[in-house]
Amino acid sequence: MKAHSPTRWRFKRPSVIPGFGMALGLTLTWLTLLILIPLSGLAWRSSELGWDKFSQIAFDPRTLSALRISFGAAFVAACVNAVFGVVLAWVLVRYRFAGKRIIDAMVDLPFALPTAVAGIALTTLYAPNGWIGQFLTPLGIRIAFTPVGIVVALVFVGLPFVVRTVQPVMEEIDKEVEEAAATLGANRFQTIFRVLLPALAPAVLTGFALAFARGVGEYGSVIFIAGNLPFKSEIAPLLIVIKLEEYNYAAATGIAAVMLIISFIMLLVINLIQSWSRRRYGNGI
Amino acid sequence: MPSIRMTRFLAAAVFASSVAIGATAPVFADQTLLNVSYDPTRELYKDFNAAFAAKWEKDTGETVTIQTSHGGSGAQARSVIDGLDADVVTLALEGDIDAIASKTGKIPADWKSRFPNNSAPYTSTIVFLVRKGNPKGIKDWGDLTKDDVQVITPNPKTSGGARWNFLAAWAWAKQANGGDETKAQDFVTKLLQHVPVLDTGARGATTTFVQRGLGDVLLAWENEAYLSLEELGPDQFEIVTPTLSIRADPPIAVVDGNVDQKGTRKLAEAYLNYLYSDEGQKIAAKHFYRPSRPEVADKADIDRFQKLKLATIDDFGGWKAAQPKFFGDGGVFDQIYKPAQ
Repeated sequence: MKAHSPTRWRFKRPSVIPGFGMALGLTLTWLTLLILIPLSGLAWRSSELGWDKFSQIAFDPRTLSALRISFGAAFVAACVNAVFGVVLAWVLVRYRFAGKRIIDAMVDLPFALPTAVAGIALTTLYAPNGWIGQFLTPLGIRIAFTPVGIVVALVFVGLPFVVRTVQPVMEEIDKEVEEAAATLGANRFQTIFRVLLPALAPAVLTGFALAFARGVGEYGSVIFIAGNLPFKSEIAPLLIVIKLEEYNYAAATGIAAVMLIISFIMLLVINLIQSWSRRRYGNGI
Repeated sequence: MPSIRMTRFLAAAVFASSVAIGATAPVFADQTLLNVSYDPTRELYKDFNAAFAAKWEKDTGETVTIQTSHGGSGAQARSVIDGLDADVVTLALEGDIDAIASKTGKIPADWKSRFPNNSAPYTSTIVFLVRKGNPKGIKDWGDLTKDDVQVITPNPKTSGGARWNFLAAWAWAKQANGGDETKAQDFVTKLLQHVPVLDTGARGATTTFVQRGLGDVLLAWENEAYLSLEELGPDQFEIVTPTLSIRADPPIAVVDGNVDQKGTRKLAEAYLNYLYSDEGQKIAAKHFYRPSRPEVADKADIDRFQKLKLATIDDFGGWKAAQPKFFGDGGVFDQIYKPAQ
């Protein structure tokens, strides 16, 4: 996207594939059909509300608390995934062991599984009488039916994003780079934080952004494990569904529009950080 | 975007969507009928559809395929509003059929008068399902707000059954307090503080109580409570019938706009009328719905229902008044759930 030199902004770069005009036209048409038209429908519907009603819905305490829970849980889950996704990718790229292919394939499962199934399975595990829950409950730790449960579900559905974005970049980093760092006197800690991670940073951020975005919009897996108590564990997508159940389409699209605006700003910021880190540390690919 | 290997993701997405499309494979029969219903009627309509299809084939020589779609009552109504071509709807609440009628015009406003009994072939009520031996000693609504009692009920915003639960509790509290509405609201507020989880539908709440072992008492459709008892064995749960509950009338209607387009009106009307036949009433009673003509059902099925005092929705001024007052935006439920601080 913005990988090349930032100072010289060129509209057209020479390419082996000719037909820039057609490619750009196709891109724009496709994006318009798939993304812009549905989203403008959303904006149009919420504009029916008028500013007063819109702000009333957007700043309603229940909406605010639902948004806080959705974005907060998605952020925490994306952070967890960023850390453990990198570790997982590292193991998959750098080591050979029995069953590696199976583990590699397993990483993709959360993509393929209907999220409601994931939600039911996780709830079964973490409910107070579940396999895991029965050991945690006596310790006073409650996961199912609390915001912690939401994070658990979002970690599950978001895991592949980080692994799959980081993995190819990691494969490109030669082992010699680490050896060179070592011969130049870097200890392991320095090698990790000054050589490896900077090269990985843009990819990790991309994975983080994808996992985060997925978590914000996630519905199926969360409603089973969340408990859905207003002001405690009610997520914004559920609130949208509730408004729809009341046949209140305008309010539903209003909340959806607020979510979109926040998401867009956050993703834009992440993208900017990403392009900055790419300039700072190089592409890594 | 950098050269991310998204192919796997795309492959997964394509696979998932092709599975979703494949699920609605065409079925070949002379006629098909789509009944859009709500969650707890799964077992009832499975039986009923088979009986009706057999009868229809015997009477007319035509085979008929009946598809039934289940889900939360409100969500189901919304799919019909958004264009799901249901021939008949058999939902949990009048309000849901009213919404289809007013938003699409596919059902006439006077739909309630088109079938006997206000278009409710069977009724049900709200009872308590408790764990075996009733360890918390729950006998009536008042016991639900005792200190260590946890109550499982779905969210009245998304679940028709939960609205009946809410109104039943309200009716009891109102009666117990000599008709005082403020005290009724206090009771329901207190009751909701004993609810640790709000599922989105009645089936989900049953699962939470039965499978996840959460809570001491489940507020349930009577038919759902008996079904849980039957499926899981009476050695685990007991049904407690409170002194007062509410008569829940799940209504039915033909979706005129759709049947006229598809040419299935005769079939759709026969289907719904069959619910009122001796056979249909027997099947309803067998599946723990209180039939509107109990005299034609099997006596053993009828004897299972305990007698209790039943309020009706008319005590609340009908659904048209009750829905916005209690469950609408900013209604009683929303007020009760405002944060404490």
